[in-house]
Amino acid sequence: MDMLINPTVVELSRLQFALTALYHFLFVPLTLGLTFILATMESVYVITGKPIYKEMTQFWGKLFGINFALGVATGLTMEFEFGTNWSMYSHFVGDIFGTPLAIEGLMAFFMESTFVGIMFFGWDRISAKAHLVVTYLVALGSNLSALWILIANGFMQDPRGGTFDPNTMRLEFSSFVQLIFNEDAQAKFVHTSVAGFVTGSMFVMGISAFYLLTNKRKDIALRSFRIAAVFGVISTIGVVTLGDALGFIDAKAQPMKVAAMEAIWNTDYHTMSAPWNLVAFPDKAAGKNLFEIGIPYVLTPLLTHSEDTVIPGIHQLVDDAKPKVVNGIKAMIALKAYNLDHSDTQALATFKQYQDDMGYGFLAMQYAPNQDLKQVNASNLSSVVDKTAKETVPNVWVEFWAFRIMVAFGFIMLAIFAFAAYYSLKDEIEKHPLLLKLAMWSIPLPWFACEFGWITAENGRQPWTVYNMLPTFVSASSHSVGYMIFSLIGFVLLYSSFIAAEMYLMFKYARLGPQTSHHGHDAAPAGGGGMVGQPAFAKPSLDKK
Amino acid sequence: MDFYIGLKVLWWVLLGVLLMGLAIMVGMDMGVGTLLRFVGRNDGERRQALNVIGPHWDGNQVWFILGGGAIFAAWPTLYATSFSVFYIVMILLLFSMILRPVAFEYRSKVAASKWRESWDWVFLVSGVLPMFIYGAAMGNILSGVGFHFSWDGQYYQTESFIWYLLNPIAILSGLLAVSMSVYQGGTMLMLRGTDPIASRAKNYASVAGIVAAILFIIGGFMISGMKGYTLISGDPGMSANPVSGQVVEAVSGGWMHNYGAHPILWLIPILAIACMLLGALFLRANKPILGWWLGALAWIGVLGTVAASMFPFLMPSSDNLNQSLTIWNASGSRYNLIWMTIFTVIFVPTILAYTTWCFRVMRGKVAKPSAADDHAY
Repeated sequence: MDMLINPTVVELSRLQFALTALYHFLFVPLTLGLTFILATMESVYVITGKPIYKEMTQFWGKLFGINFALGVATGLTMEFEFGTNWSMYSHFVGDIFGTPLAIEGLMAFFMESTFVGIMFFGWDRISAKAHLVVTYLVALGSNLSALWILIANGFMQDPRGGTFDPNTMRLEFSSFVQLIFNEDAQAKFVHTSVAGFVTGSMFVMGISAFYLLTNKRKDIALRSFRIAAVFGVISTIGVVTLGDALGFIDAKAQPMKVAAMEAIWNTDYHTMSAPWNLVAFPDKAAGKNLFEIGIPYVLTPLLTHSEDTVIPGIHQLVDDAKPKVVNGIKAMIALKAYNLDHSDTQALATFKQYQDDMGYGFLAMQYAPNQDLKQVNASNLSSVVDKTAKETVPNVWVEFWAFRIMVAFGFIMLAIFAFAAYYSLKDEIEKHPLLLKLAMWSIPLPWFACEFGWITAENGRQPWTVYNMLPTFVSASSHSVGYMIFSLIGFVLLYSSFIAAEMYLMFKYARLGPQTSHHGHDAAPAGGGGMVGQPAFAKPSLDKK
Repeated sequence: MDFYIGLKVLWWVLLGVLLMGLAIMVGMDMGVGTLLRFVGRNDGERRQALNVIGPHWDGNQVWFILGGGAIFAAWPTLYATSFSVFYIVMILLLFSMILRPVAFEYRSKVAASKWRESWDWVFLVSGVLPMFIYGAAMGNILSGVGFHFSWDGQYYQTESFIWYLLNPIAILSGLLAVSMSVYQGGTMLMLRGTDPIASRAKNYASVAGIVAAILFIIGGFMISGMKGYTLISGDPGMSANPVSGQVVEAVSGGWMHNYGAHPILWLIPILAIACMLLGALFLRANKPILGWWLGALAWIGVLGTVAASMFPFLMPSSDNLNQSLTIWNASGSRYNLIWMTIFTVIFVPTILAYTTWCFRVMRGKVAKPSAADDHAY
């Protein structure tokens, strides 16, 4: 037997993955949304021939570029990290999980990255129509990219399309159709890419509001504001609708996640009156909410879109898991025996009998003496089973609040977009400086909502990397703590300096604003460099031609 | 031949194609980064050098990302094991790779010379280090890597990362990769740059071609003398499970067995050497287009040489020889490889078509960007 799994290394690997994924996800939503806003502006330019829309496209395109670079850079980390830190995971699911990632590269990322160069550099080299096509290809590429990534993620949430093969000790790809038409993946793709549109809209609207407040390039600001506000209303409604659909899907596929999201501890059989917790203070150790305020009659219809479906509570789900743990232990012992001796057909038959619960056997390993399931016997079985069943509960407090913050921010944004669109379409937006200020200060909201959405989805998936099949505990690479500290420190240093530079440049170029250009000023300093401190309006064109 | 075996061999070839595409295209950009401080003596010249690859580096970099994704999908166990075994080295590679896109986007956005100077150093590091590690990884794989598996497929490693960077064959292979990337990058600078950048690039690139040829020949002698691995038994059609099912032996000179059995394979290393030397010659004669293609062929020759020596090994284990990763025991499943093939057949030609279009759109010499040109890097 090889050395034991070190829980500290698993925790550090989780921490590193979570930090790098959350960080990557700071840049993705804006890329997803802003590309389509750019494409819309450029479409107006091509259709109407008004140069101001070209100027708008180029100005917002510059901010897009600053964001895009970090999205690409930090995406590299994600592509590496499964291999560098989740070796057992990669070996176990690579045959089905790696495929959508590879297809993402082939179909989407290549397109996005190749054409983005032409989008920035090709203005003078191809016709306006051809350039518009290029911009659309970038937008399509980035959103297709999200589709394949979320198909991969959907497999982690609700594994469909893969079959475990005891001869290769891994999940093997068995149905392409099941993989790509996974309900969770489909709903989450739309939810996520539309959340990107919300982010792009808030970004453009907030910065345009700043220009309106400071009287900068009103021609561009008013037009941008209107496009963004309308885009924002539509996409926020889309996000909420798909979020509701996701809850409905998860209630079936991941009941534990949903129970934690809503902090439901006990199954309520009087389903008509089950309250929906508006606020609560869930305590996992005590197994109850220390404090809660709920709205009766809301929960069941909200989650299940019906009035009589029973929603299982956390305690019942833990009890339901116990027999699965017992079976899982049997499955894993048999699987090991079969792997040490492939002629042991008895072991294979036993494994097949309990195969459905093998994930729970994997999960029990951390509570078995010396992490060896063979050492589980009559005297310690019930304690191992109890601990393992409890392990299936994610961090309820985090799940409950991450979900609520996301939802609350979603509705706040919907209200802001609605007012903004209304007044902007009535051409009265400038009469409402308070709304403009609110729009400006709301720029961070979609980012918070997106990050908390990620936490809701992935914290709620714990303790599994592949739901009900592979626990996080056995998924990590067997590194030393020293290795993990080295890479963590490196990431923190590198990523902190990136975000500092990113914010500096974003603020600089956003404050600088679109230049008073269309009458052909000249000789702006290189890349706008060295302009800090000069009055923004004194700056001549950055857009040649 | 069994269909599954055919798929495994096909994906071995495609793995090679990916590694070659990556080496040629990403290597070229890395070479430009490495040479940046040497061919550009002032800010204008450096911006010009960067803009030679400005519109394309992002697309080229996807070869690298696609490489990761395709290895993950088609060779899951190889991906899982190699990335983890070389952990610290991989993390260093990753850090230098993620610095590069940022350097491109940020460098020219602030005029302060300290800012730009710092990013120019980043270009140097993120040009040399990834190529060195790319080469060193090949060298390490040739000498066998310290890992083994437990029954459930979890890998364990036994060697430290310092050794992976500092053993002679790793250093030699690393330097070989760096010089080939300098060659390719220099050639691109000649192609699309103007003097004085182009003429400086010519000097560096032609020397790099000759250095590469020398390093490659020395490497060949080292490898012919060292321990190579031989598959004694193992069914090519086996289910992909690295834990058991193979018998492997390590013998001195083992990497030369395939050449002994099929002397025609000698053409591959000869091709590599010929392309490097001819390439250097053509660059001296101001023929960068021909030089570029010879450089690409040289990469094909070098990686082809490694592949021909190692077939059917992907990553031999010095710890537990029988658990060495081979084409037969580390691949994806049959069903998966079929789907991967379908997508590759559709999309790789598509990618090549639009990449070519983009290069055509942006063809021609890159002038020094005017200080005001904000569409340039």
